[in-house]
Amino acid sequence: MTITKERKQWKMKAFLILEDGHVFTGTAIGADKEVISEIVFNTSMTGYLEVLTDPSYAGQAVVMTYPLIGNYGICYDDMESRKPWPDGYIVRELSRIPSNFRSEDTIQHFLEINDIPGIAGIDTRALTKILREKGTMNGMITRNENYDLDEAIARMKQYTPTAVVKKTTCNQSYVLPGDGHKVALLDLGAKDNIAKSLNRRGCEVTVYPADTKAEQIIASNPEGIMLSNGPGDPKECVEIIEEIKKLYATDIPIFAICLGHQLMALANGCDTYKMKYGHRGGNHPVKDLKTGRVYISSQNHGYVVNTDGLNPDVAVPAFVNVNDGTNEGLAYTGKNIFTVQFHPEACPGPQDSAYLFDRFIQMMEEK
Amino acid sequence: MPRDNSIKKVLVIGSGPIVIGQAAEFDYAGTQACRSLKEEGVQVVLVNSNPATIMTDKNIADHVYIEPLTIPVLERIIEKEKPDSILPTLGGQAGLNLGMELAESGFLEKHNCRLIGTTPETIKKAEDRLEFKETMEKINEPCAPSLVVENIEDGVTFANKIGYPIVLRPAYTLGGSGGGIAHNQEELEEILANGLRLSRVGQVLVERCIAGWKEIEYEVIRDRAGNVITVCNMENIDPVGVHTGDSIVVAPSQTLGDKEYQMLRTSALNIISELNITGGCNVQYALKPDSFEYCVIEVNPRVSRSSALASKATGYPIAKVAAKIALGYTLDEIPNAVTGKTYASFEPMLDYCVVKIPRLPFDKFISAKRTLTTQMKATGEVMAIANNFEAGLMKALRSLEQHVDSLIYEDYSDRDEYDIMEMLHRVDDRRVFVIAEALRRKIPYEVIHNITKIDLWFIDKIAILVEMEQRLKEEPLTKELLAEAKRLEFPDTVIAKLVGKQEYQIKVLRNEWGIHAAFKMVDTCAAEFAASTPYYYSVFGSENEVEETTGRKKVLVLGSGPIRIGQGIEFDFCSVHCTWSFRRAGYETIIVNNNPETVSTDFDIADKLYFEPLTPEDVENIVELEKPDGAVVQFGGQTAIKLTEALMKMGVPILGTSAKDVDAAEDRELFDQILEECCIPRPAGHTVFTCEEAIKAANDLGYPVLVRPSYVLGGQGMQIAINDKDITEFIGIINRIAQEHPILVDKYLVGKEIEVDAVCDGEEILIPGIMEHIERAGIHSGDSISVYPARSISEKIKKVIVEYTRRLARALHVKGLINIQFIVAHDEVYVIEVNPRSSRTVPYISKVTGIPIVDLATQVIIGNTIRGLGYEPGLQKEADYVAIKMPVFSFEKLRGADIALGPEMKSTGECLGIAKTFNEALYKAFLGAGVHLPKFKKMIITVKDADKIDVIDIARRFQAIGYEIYATKNTAKVLNENGVEAFKVNKIEQDSPNLLDLILGHQIDLVIDTPSQGAKKSHDGFVIRRNAIETGVNVLTSIDTANALITSLENRDQHLSLIDIAEID
Repeated sequence: MTITKERKQWKMKAFLILEDGHVFTGTAIGADKEVISEIVFNTSMTGYLEVLTDPSYAGQAVVMTYPLIGNYGICYDDMESRKPWPDGYIVRELSRIPSNFRSEDTIQHFLEINDIPGIAGIDTRALTKILREKGTMNGMITRNENYDLDEAIARMKQYTPTAVVKKTTCNQSYVLPGDGHKVALLDLGAKDNIAKSLNRRGCEVTVYPADTKAEQIIASNPEGIMLSNGPGDPKECVEIIEEIKKLYATDIPIFAICLGHQLMALANGCDTYKMKYGHRGGNHPVKDLKTGRVYISSQNHGYVVNTDGLNPDVAVPAFVNVNDGTNEGLAYTGKNIFTVQFHPEACPGPQDSAYLFDRFIQMMEEK
Repeated sequence: MPRDNSIKKVLVIGSGPIVIGQAAEFDYAGTQACRSLKEEGVQVVLVNSNPATIMTDKNIADHVYIEPLTIPVLERIIEKEKPDSILPTLGGQAGLNLGMELAESGFLEKHNCRLIGTTPETIKKAEDRLEFKETMEKINEPCAPSLVVENIEDGVTFANKIGYPIVLRPAYTLGGSGGGIAHNQEELEEILANGLRLSRVGQVLVERCIAGWKEIEYEVIRDRAGNVITVCNMENIDPVGVHTGDSIVVAPSQTLGDKEYQMLRTSALNIISELNITGGCNVQYALKPDSFEYCVIEVNPRVSRSSALASKATGYPIAKVAAKIALGYTLDEIPNAVTGKTYASFEPMLDYCVVKIPRLPFDKFISAKRTLTTQMKATGEVMAIANNFEAGLMKALRSLEQHVDSLIYEDYSDRDEYDIMEMLHRVDDRRVFVIAEALRRKIPYEVIHNITKIDLWFIDKIAILVEMEQRLKEEPLTKELLAEAKRLEFPDTVIAKLVGKQEYQIKVLRNEWGIHAAFKMVDTCAAEFAASTPYYYSVFGSENEVEETTGRKKVLVLGSGPIRIGQGIEFDFCSVHCTWSFRRAGYETIIVNNNPETVSTDFDIADKLYFEPLTPEDVENIVELEKPDGAVVQFGGQTAIKLTEALMKMGVPILGTSAKDVDAAEDRELFDQILEECCIPRPAGHTVFTCEEAIKAANDLGYPVLVRPSYVLGGQGMQIAINDKDITEFIGIINRIAQEHPILVDKYLVGKEIEVDAVCDGEEILIPGIMEHIERAGIHSGDSISVYPARSISEKIKKVIVEYTRRLARALHVKGLINIQFIVAHDEVYVIEVNPRSSRTVPYISKVTGIPIVDLATQVIIGNTIRGLGYEPGLQKEADYVAIKMPVFSFEKLRGADIALGPEMKSTGECLGIAKTFNEALYKAFLGAGVHLPKFKKMIITVKDADKIDVIDIARRFQAIGYEIYATKNTAKVLNENGVEAFKVNKIEQDSPNLLDLILGHQIDLVIDTPSQGAKKSHDGFVIRRNAIETGVNVLTSIDTANALITSLENRDQHLSLIDIAEID
């Protein structure tokens, strides 16, 4: 094992300015650039690389509430997509050395080569409390000591993440070979472990870009369709929702996660709304309403399906969040379709709900 | 699932006396669980032999039995109380074993009682070695492969199968003698051959060696619906090979990626599910540092020391939740008391770093081997919370109160690099300091890692601290540098030393530059939800989030820090009761403490809990924020008392007895003056500073004399000297630790030792009772058997004692508690020690007399009078019971420690025997302490000359109950001459069969060995005592204890009665 001791004597100042006027002063990390983004916090204690490479963070800057980040370096095998997505990275402290037998890089270097600016050395707990009390808001990370606060806030207020699904989805379809069920995976900004979870269960997984027409997917005769997670406001995905309506109309079994879950709900006339500060972490309890069992789940979402007035002829809630009672999953009435808000593929986070992939396989088998 | 309404009355089994490996954590867990049960309207019957616990209070349980934890006693309690259920998972291994035995014998079924929390099948699956292995194999969870072999060939075959290195553990040899690690076949054959020879049953366990792997623990909880969660994981800095209780532990794990973290988490959940546990469980893993390979080391299907640590580290009350689960609730029905919004079915997320360091007793047992192994040696622990690891380590180090407040410890200046490398190989409590020194010498990380197997990440963190030491020494002290040093939690004292300034100058600079401590909340959820728990830790360089509270008067209660010999759980009892008392009186209460095992650090005891080191600087940070109206120091042992002066300087009024008067009791000259004014005699003595003065003083007084440093705990460093040589040696030992206080040399008086605790309101006193020690003076009061009420002193002497107590309490202007020790010699009463504070005996005397002493003392401190509280001053009427407090030792855990009792305290805990008669109480006390005699009816007697006359009668009585007596030459001669048959045995250095052969022959019940006083104790005696202890033989080193034991044995055939403490008032 070799130690790459990063001992930069210079420590450049960086600032995190929030839309509400709060300013945090810390040390610059990562790329040397200014960025405006939506600031969200994640409470996972491990899995910072998985968080960084989760496409659902496109258009956002992430605060890690756990203060010590980078301890086990960068293990490229753990990437959840081809690159990291957040616009910015906010931490209390980055480890000076990485220590893990699989580590191939340091997080400092990883942020730099991926052009992600960040800030370290700030009171992340105080920041988290602001986001909790006032709700998710926009912010700016800059190294410019002479920033103009009013101008910065004005710019921040205008920022909304747009077209993030397009940015994160794959360019063209590809196949993960397997000798089991044929699954079509619609990549809305998918984490790799969704495809891997199916592939590990023998499925042949064909991954399609988000703008793929339903007809094309149906024509390939998949035994099951998987709708992935992804970033942004689900209501923005107007065209994709139209395609999903067509997929719904078939009798092909469908399993959807996170954004996929929200889009299926929107396709069926439900509404979604933005939560005050979302669920991002690896400790969220979800209750399976059929069995009463509670599972600890990995979560990353800022929007949620509104189940008020949900027509039971369309769908019924299947999972609910034990903490705040928000919807965590739907079972579609008379259809082979079930969708969840949380992440059974884990990475990072608990693997407790991985059994849902088995349930999906079973649905395909029973068909 | 709703609560099981068939559960109406639950018997909770406690863990018994505090011993190494089973300490205050079970009082914490038990107390929390009992409160949780009572909350649900369940009637709680509690049994625990330990009177110093909070769980044995009548406000914690409905019926309280402080009785020996034996099957017959438990059966009688079940017959009397008729509980429908037993909760056995709160009393450690002791409680679990008892519950199991009751279930397996069919007794429970016969009495319509059942185990709740966890079933006997589950306990068996987790505890039985073979069943556990099979269960783990069934669910594909790897254990370290092992096989018991009886010959070399089988060992070699198995080793080739599982691969080297191999650990060899001979069966039935103590302390692992004859075992070892083999790296190849040659070594294996050699060690195995030796091990097979040494093992009593000719068996050796051959096991895959996992020493050096990362040791990781998970605390998991499961309910009866099958919901499972992880409360916390923890990483031991010391790799596998050091008991987790002796390791520095960090929470959460720091060097595990999400893949490793989740792999082990999933494994832990699979295990708890397969074992069908309902409640809490601890799973320990060894994780290979360079692959994903792991082994399950151990599973504990109950609350444990680790679960107490996890509860305090996360704010998640494991014992409380486990109790609710035992009643049938599911996790999603149990509210999270911390947030009030969420439920117990979630996993705590930390946004800070927790460091635990064990408190080892090597300051008390100088001769004990300091090596840390898989046998736990720590008596207690401290925990620190910070937002970086370095700060956590620094805070924890100074919380230990071992004269170390940084990584700068021993002077290594005369050591070269080679020596330091050698020292790195030693796995002991000083290793972290040696690593720091190695880093100062620029020894590369890899070299340190290769020797210690400690992860590079931790080594780098220690390096960061060492670099800061260097920077403070070399660079000018700028605002940035000071802020960074404080972020790493360098205390002002250390910074001052390193930069060459005074401590106050650092403080001035900090004020000037605005570098202040801020306090953050432990909220279980990393700030995701608003929480209302008033549980705080300090950090530098962050925003403060403690909300200001005003309106009520605020009182600061200082806790007693880590459990150590001389300062045990009894002070936590006092701190908690004092807090409750202030709360009832309308005060806002603030507790400061750093011990994760205790009730006082449960977040709902006080209005606010600050989990902080108990040093002046750390306390001042809290004082500056809270501005308390007063502080109480008299309940937190020496730890709190030591803070008195600092608190006064901060302008915090000391509530109760003033600092000046506390000082007067400790300062020899002032104290002598007071005694003179009160016309109270004390053994003659002098205060000295040098060895020469001490020798002169001793000769003036005449030997034997008692030598001790002033301001000490539990008689630390106290010795009886019989000649000049002893004095020279003792003074040398005393001066080894920083000595700011003078040394006392007193005439040693032989007599009855009497102890009194009293409450004084400034005018009048209340004495709940007078206690008498069985052992004559010279043995530390904490190690003596204490009897209430005193039975061998006359009414006249009692009157004198009461009068002296009154005079002393008034002269010292005591407001609150005072503890006085007397010697009665030749019908004369002498005072030997006065402590104007709570003492070790307070919980015990409160319970047996039914007088809530701590509450009364607190009321008095607030301004009430004894009469005003409804009590008649003076000595209270004697209770109808005889209560005997028996010390309990942990000698078998500490290799090399001398077990001979003397003026320095050695016991780790105590138990109680309470009955209508002295004989029954005595028998119960011995039973509770684990003295189960007779087995073989053979004993060894070897006593010093002074005891030879007294031993004759004792030996005769042992013979009368059927004992065969073996004795060394002179003792045998005396016995035989006096008509007691005794076989003469050879001394150790003589031919076999000698004393040692007899002990190692596993045929002896008891050894009575009274060593002569003074420094030159025979090496023989030491070897005899150690070997006896290590083979499980009872050893008594005082003739008075022997006398008590035979009295108890003569009365062992009686029917034991039960006394419900809750009914005493």
